[in-house]
Amino acid sequence: MSMFSIFNVSSSAVSAQAQRLNVVASNLANVDAVAGPDGKAYKARQVVFQTQAVGNDRAAGVKVSAIQESDTPGRRVHEPSNPLADAEGYVTHSNVNAVEEMVNMISASRSYQNNVEVMNTAKSLLLKTLQMGQ
Amino acid sequence: MLDKLTNGLDFQGHALLLRAERQRLLASNIANADTPGYVARDMKFAEALTAAAGGSGSGSTLSASQGDSTGRGGASQAGHIPLSGFSERSTLGYAVQTQPALDNNSVDMDRERAAFMDNAVRYEATLRFLNGKAKTMLSAIQGQ
Repeated sequence: MSMFSIFNVSSSAVSAQAQRLNVVASNLANVDAVAGPDGKAYKARQVVFQTQAVGNDRAAGVKVSAIQESDTPGRRVHEPSNPLADAEGYVTHSNVNAVEEMVNMISASRSYQNNVEVMNTAKSLLLKTLQMGQ
Repeated sequence: MLDKLTNGLDFQGHALLLRAERQRLLASNIANADTPGYVARDMKFAEALTAAAGGSGSGSTLSASQGDSTGRGGASQAGHIPLSGFSERSTLGYAVQTQPALDNNSVDMDRERAAFMDNAVRYEATLRFLNGKAKTMLSAIQGQ
């Protein structure tokens, strides 16, 4: 029954958006981080979405094909007293742009809601179809 | 004899299948609202239904399964029984961008959601027509 694959499509989208939300949370948490585990400043991460065939044919879900690190230079702040400062007294902060991340978060949560709504509608339609003839 | 009883249901049955198919397409579009390069798809429902209802039995101009080049309604082997009529592949179209986006994604969320809701309501309507017909038939059989 073709309507059942709506759940596959929408759930793939929901999990992709959840992953995007996860990455946003990680970026926002590290917005002020000076050094990551490797000693270098944290780099903002972004998910890359890709269409993914669900089942046999045209129903198209989503998957996260890659998580890319942004290569924009980090903010450099003059803090000679910081132990992580370089020879000129500058400390490199993470390159996370908090405004961009907030926008990203709102977009991800709206897309998540949309897909949940789609699943709810498909569910109620299927339930009504099950009651056909009663 | 049974044919004559159920013929009336056939049309609504086709319509219901096509509505489910369109619902699936719209769900795919909504799921891919943030995928770069994705092109939204939709079907011309009237044409698909005309093809499905009119072509029942022959199914010659339509194909239902992927990679089907025989044009025999999804039958790729000699022994297969062709699907009658029902298919949408030939009537699928691509949505035109209403507001061009940098990532070439052509999903217009407002349009898709409106179409999704509209399709859901029409699916339910078709379901009710089917139910009504079945009830009428049942009461005719019982003669009460």
